[in-house]
Amino acid sequence: MFRSLSRIAPQLITLGAIVLLVTAFFPDFILIGYERERLVGPIIDVLKRGAPVALLAIGMTLVIATRGIDLSVGTVMAISGAIGAWAISSGLGLAPTLALAIGAGLLCGLWNGCLVAVIGIQPIVATLILMTSGRGIAQLITEGRILTFSDPSFAFFGSGTLFGMPFPAVLWVLLALVVTLLMRRTALGILVEAIGVNRSASALAGVNARVLLIAVYMAAGLCAAFAGIVATADIRGADANNTGLWLELDAILAVVIGGNSLLGGRFSIAASVIGAMIIQTIDTGILLAGFPSEYNLVIKAGLVLIILVVQSPNLAQSWRFVKDESRRRRERSYEARKELRS
Amino acid sequence: MPLTIRSLSKSFPGAKALDCVDFDLRAGEVHALLGENGAGKSTLIKCLTGAYRRDSGEIMLNGEAISPSSTSEAQALGIGTVYQEVNLLPNLTVAQNLTFGREPRRFGFIDGTAQRAEARRMLSGYGLDIDVGRDLGAYSVAIQQIVAIARAVELSGKVLILDEPTASLDADETRMLFDVVRSLREKGLGIVFVSHFLDQVFELTDRLTVLRNGRKIVTEETARLDRVRLIEHMLGRELSMTEDAARRKTDPNVATRPEVVRFENFGRSGVVEPFDLTVHRGEVIGLAGLLGSGRTETAELMFGVRTAASGEARDETGRIAHANPREAIASGFGFAPEDRKTDGIIAELSIRENIILAMQARRGWAKPIPRAEQDRLAADYIEKLDIRTSGPEKPIGQLSGGNQQKVVLARWLAMNPRFLILDEPTRGIDVGAHAEILNLIRQLTDEGMSLLVISSELDELIAVSNRIVVVRDRRHVAELTGDDIATGPIVRAIAAEAAAQAEKVA
Repeated sequence: MFRSLSRIAPQLITLGAIVLLVTAFFPDFILIGYERERLVGPIIDVLKRGAPVALLAIGMTLVIATRGIDLSVGTVMAISGAIGAWAISSGLGLAPTLALAIGAGLLCGLWNGCLVAVIGIQPIVATLILMTSGRGIAQLITEGRILTFSDPSFAFFGSGTLFGMPFPAVLWVLLALVVTLLMRRTALGILVEAIGVNRSASALAGVNARVLLIAVYMAAGLCAAFAGIVATADIRGADANNTGLWLELDAILAVVIGGNSLLGGRFSIAASVIGAMIIQTIDTGILLAGFPSEYNLVIKAGLVLIILVVQSPNLAQSWRFVKDESRRRRERSYEARKELRS
Repeated sequence: MPLTIRSLSKSFPGAKALDCVDFDLRAGEVHALLGENGAGKSTLIKCLTGAYRRDSGEIMLNGEAISPSSTSEAQALGIGTVYQEVNLLPNLTVAQNLTFGREPRRFGFIDGTAQRAEARRMLSGYGLDIDVGRDLGAYSVAIQQIVAIARAVELSGKVLILDEPTASLDADETRMLFDVVRSLREKGLGIVFVSHFLDQVFELTDRLTVLRNGRKIVTEETARLDRVRLIEHMLGRELSMTEDAARRKTDPNVATRPEVVRFENFGRSGVVEPFDLTVHRGEVIGLAGLLGSGRTETAELMFGVRTAASGEARDETGRIAHANPREAIASGFGFAPEDRKTDGIIAELSIRENIILAMQARRGWAKPIPRAEQDRLAADYIEKLDIRTSGPEKPIGQLSGGNQQKVVLARWLAMNPRFLILDEPTRGIDVGAHAEILNLIRQLTDEGMSLLVISSELDELIAVSNRIVVVRDRRHVAELTGDDIATGPIVRAIAAEAAAQAEKVA
């Protein structure tokens, strides 16, 4: 427990610092109210708006842990959303709609996984195929229009509340918890880390690397499907051109801010979703602080750069060196003073 | 005295890697740096080359205190290093490698002709007749080593550190490298030579320094030490291997023991020609042959890393499934591969996780081994195999080679396989761990496990094997038992074809 806390400490501290920074510009940021049986306030809004990236980051963490990357998740969001909107607007009912949308995500994951694990294409190339072609598929489903619907049960996934919290926020927290438990309470976590660090050695030790890799890409597809459902339900319409656009990059950024190495191996889902919240706090904060919108991307880039520089292992090493050195100097001067006195 | 080190100390979290080590290097000498894995050799070298910062002590180069903070700074000061894995760029030409970072220019562009001339000048005196315009990767490791040395000498020119330069060279290449080293010694360079091969130390070096557990044990003229004394210095204890070897050879019962597995007409063309092999309980089969003769390929076929095109493996109950490593493991096979770094260890994971990996993979992901059980297994094997570590949670990548190998062995022992394949189990391992692993092999067979041991060191095979299979040109050509398990018959079996071919040519 203590070890997992110290693992996510840098991300928590960063999140705290960003929240403080935003509050300095916009003091109402940390106010949380309770109206009409739901919590309201900028922080609640961050938890809700950050849901798609947080959901994507969960799957992306696993893929990156296997030394892979999934560029297609933003597109898979659009496909799942389009299928969901199509299904619900053609009167299929909620359960079949969800099943189809989620099934589409899993299928996309299976495709990616097979390209990577069976055919052996490099993950960045393999998933690039679906990233570019997938939007076309989504446009075919929506027939090039923005496919709107008004079914309240499906819309609940975007704008409903549960226990006073926006449903998307509940969803990503729950999914992060479930996946973390699944990884750490079974042996999946260590097997995923093992193939990420050294696939050939793991296979020689009897780890079924191929099936695990496919499963991991399917998990990313599943998370993307959830994110697509949330995004589509939120605007009550599927926009094949814009749903999830560039969000795969935010998801990768969230994983990196979460301190997970792009070279695979050890991973922390908690740290990744906190990373997603850091990104969303920056996004929301810039808007609330009242900067002209053309500054948004530049400020975001600057903050992200600072975060990554502060977290870089090289800096940590020099910091430790400086710390040790000053401690040694203190000890030496202490010894010297003691000698003088005696 | 070009290089003097006084009371150098360096600590890592949980371990003191160097403890007040003194070392001095004269101009025009080859000085061996010896010690078991984990004795502190690499740490000392890394402090010298600026890869690590030392905690205390001083380094003097030609009387001036130096404190390099990077390899390039050390190079500029005059300390050049050549590592076992050549740190040059194989996709550039020899000339580009030699002049990298200081290419001769003409009108601001690199002058290719001058570059090649410069490269030829640098290589003159090394007895190499190679085309400096070809890619470095096209040449053998030995030539790459010499190119690396030429570059290091040119850039540094006072002290040359050779870190296990001969580990992947054959006998001729080693001789070629030694000639180069000797001629550099004549020119007055101080050369530090790190190697596990004691023969080479006696052949090449003038003096030697032994480190053990981060302390300097002795510095002595090489000629005034004999092998036994040297090994005693390195281990702090004595080896007794010869009598055991005798016992092993005369053990008459092995052939009458029950069969564990029988390979029939087993092979794949182009990999290993079909062979028959019967493995008995508690037996060690040695696999001898030159590099590339089909030794490793035999092991890979048996373990399902490659699929066999013909034949099958059987035991008394019938056919054994081993189409891939998972099936082979389920059938009670184990395989500790030759290249520990790329095929054995999972560097970032802890010792505990590396030990339980095969067992966990066998149980499936849904049935995790309880943490208490994992801790018990790890503690058990750390003690049983004497794995030197500050704890079971240390990443395996931070251990020395010998200890990494012990962890990989522990992974398989935890599975209690009936047939365990060890490919070069002692490669790159210091003398102490070497003896421990050989002892472990004996102990395992006494408990009834059957082993296939692949090794380039005939002494080692002779010491542990009940039977030796000789592989040549991807064929199993001879099987030696009893008194034939000796250097003479093995070498003759390995060399027979070459002789036959020579006759044909004549």
